[in-house]
Amino acid sequence: MSSKPIDSMPLLRTSTVIPPAHKEMSDPKPKPRRAGRQVELDDVHAFYGATEAVRGVNLDFPANEVTAIIGPSGCGKSTLVRCVNRMHEEIAGARVEGRVLLDGFDVYAAEADPVAVRAAIGMVFQKPNPFPTMSVYENVAAGLKLTGRRGRDLNGRVEKALKGASLWDEVKDRLSKPGAALSGGQQQRLCIARAIAVEPEVILMDEPCSALDPQATLRIEELIDELKDSYTIAIVTHNMQQAARVADRTAFMLSGELVEVAPTEKIFTNPSDKRTEDYVTGRFG
Amino acid sequence: MSAASPPIARISSRRRRTDQAARALLGAGTVVAVIPLVLVLYYLLKKGLPAWSIDFFTTDPTGKFFGDPGGIKSALLGTIEIVGLATLIAGPIGIGVAIYLTEYGRDSRFASAVRYFIDVMTGVPSIVFGLFIYITLVVTKVGGSGFAGWKGAIALALLALPIVTRSAEVVLELVPDSLREAALALGAPRWRVIMRVVLPAAAPGILTGVLLAVARAAGETAPLLFTATIVKASTFDLQAPMNSLPAQIFADVGQAQDRLVERAWGAALALVMLILIFTVLSRLLAGRSRLR
Repeated sequence: MSSKPIDSMPLLRTSTVIPPAHKEMSDPKPKPRRAGRQVELDDVHAFYGATEAVRGVNLDFPANEVTAIIGPSGCGKSTLVRCVNRMHEEIAGARVEGRVLLDGFDVYAAEADPVAVRAAIGMVFQKPNPFPTMSVYENVAAGLKLTGRRGRDLNGRVEKALKGASLWDEVKDRLSKPGAALSGGQQQRLCIARAIAVEPEVILMDEPCSALDPQATLRIEELIDELKDSYTIAIVTHNMQQAARVADRTAFMLSGELVEVAPTEKIFTNPSDKRTEDYVTGRFG
Repeated sequence: MSAASPPIARISSRRRRTDQAARALLGAGTVVAVIPLVLVLYYLLKKGLPAWSIDFFTTDPTGKFFGDPGGIKSALLGTIEIVGLATLIAGPIGIGVAIYLTEYGRDSRFASAVRYFIDVMTGVPSIVFGLFIYITLVVTKVGGSGFAGWKGAIALALLALPIVTRSAEVVLELVPDSLREAALALGAPRWRVIMRVVLPAAAPGILTGVLLAVARAAGETAPLLFTATIVKASTFDLQAPMNSLPAQIFADVGQAQDRLVERAWGAALALVMLILIFTVLSRLLAGRSRLR
C-alpha cells in the first residue's frame, strides 16, 4: 500500500456521488480518493481480569477495504475491535497483550499516546450516543473541540462531515436542535459524522446497525460503502447478510479465536473451516 | 361457553377487603406524616408574620431587654455571608472529590476508603464540627481573632461537604458510560471529556445537590454558636464575630420577654423563606437543563 503523506491526499470529496461498488472480484480496484492506512493485529490477547476474551488473534484490516467480523455472541469480536483503538483498557481490570500496528506503528508502544491513537482510529458504537447536552452542530464540532484542534472554518468542516455521513440534507435546517431529537438512524449517522470530523485513518464500527430499523440500516450500509473510499473500515456485526452486503473481507471468530478470514464471497460460499460453514449456514449461533 | 364458569376467576371478597384495608392504612399513615409539617408551617406563619415589618429586616438587634429589641438585619446578612462562603468552600471541593471518585478512583481501595469516610462524616452530629473548629481555630486565635465569621463558614462547609460529595457522585454515576466512551473514542483527553461532556450532562443534578446541602447548612445552629457566635451589629468583616439567623433564634427564644420571642418566630420564618427561595431557584435551574 502506498504510504503517501495523508495531508497531501484530497480528503473526502462529497460533491461527487460515489456509485456503489460492485463486488466483481476480477475488476481491478479503483484508486481510492484518500489512501487509508492498514491495521495489523499481531497475536492480540485481551483480558477482563483473569478471563481471556480474545486469545491470540492475527488479523489485517487492509487499507480502503471493509473488513467484517462475525461470530456468535460473546466470541470476543467487540472486544477485539476495542483493542484496536485502545478503548478496551478503559474498562476496570481489562488489559491487552500483543501488538496492534497502524501502518507499522504499534499503538501499544510505550511512547504511543492513547488519546492520539483514538484520534487516528475512530469508533462508532452499537447504540447511537450523541452528546445529549449538545445540538446537532455542536455534536459534530465536539469531535474537533474535544480533541483541541478547533482550527479555522469550523462551519465548513462540520458541513463536510455531515455531508460525508449523508446527513446534511436532513439536518441543515435544524443544526441547533438537540442531537438527541433526531431519529435513531439519523443519530447513528450523526455519530459517524462526529467520528469522521476528526479525520481518522480507520473507522471501527461495533454493530452500528443493531439498534436500527431496516431502512436506517440500509442507509448506513450505503454510507459504509462510500466511506471506504477514504477510510479503512472494520465492522463487527451480528448480521451475516450485512457482512455479505458491505464487507470486502470477512473474519469469523469463535470463543475468542479467529477461525478464518477470507474474501467475503469465499466465507459465505466456500469456507475452508467446517466451523465457519456451520455458522454461516445457520447450524449454530 | 357455559354461563356457569367464567373464564377468569372473580376477585374474592376477602381479597377485596384486604386491599381496601391496606390502602386505608397507607393513606392514614401519609396523613399522619403530613400533619406535623402542616402545623409547623401554620405556626410559623401565624407567629412569624406579625413580627415582620420593614424595620424588622433593616435594623440590627439592639440588645435591649426592655424597650425596642430591634430587627434581624445582622442575623440575615450574617447567614447569607457565612452560608455563601461555606458554599464556595464545600461546593468545589465536594464536586472535585466526586469527580475523582467516579472518573479516576472508581473501585480502587483508596476511593473505597474515601467513600466510607464520607459516609461516616454524613452521620457526624453538627455540634461536633462546631467543637472541632472551636478547638482548632477559635481557641488558638488563628487569623488574629477568636470567634470569626469565616470559622463559622468552615464549620458549615465541613458539614455540607459529605452531602455535596455524595449527591454529586450519585449524579455523575448516572451519566451513561456510553457518553464517556463516545468522547474518549474521538481522541479527547480525559480532562476534556469530564469538562465538556460529563459535567455539562450532570450539572443540573450536581447543582440541586449543592443547594440541598446549602439549605441544610443554613439551618444549623450548633456549629455557629462556638465559631461565629451571637452578636448584635451587622458586619461584612469575615474576621469578626458574625450573627446568624439560627443563632439569633437560639438567643431570643429562651428569653422571658414576649417581644424577643416574637422576633425569634419572625427570624424562623425568614430562615424558612430563605431556604425555600434556594430550593425553588435550584428547581428552576435544574428544569432549564437540556438533559432529558
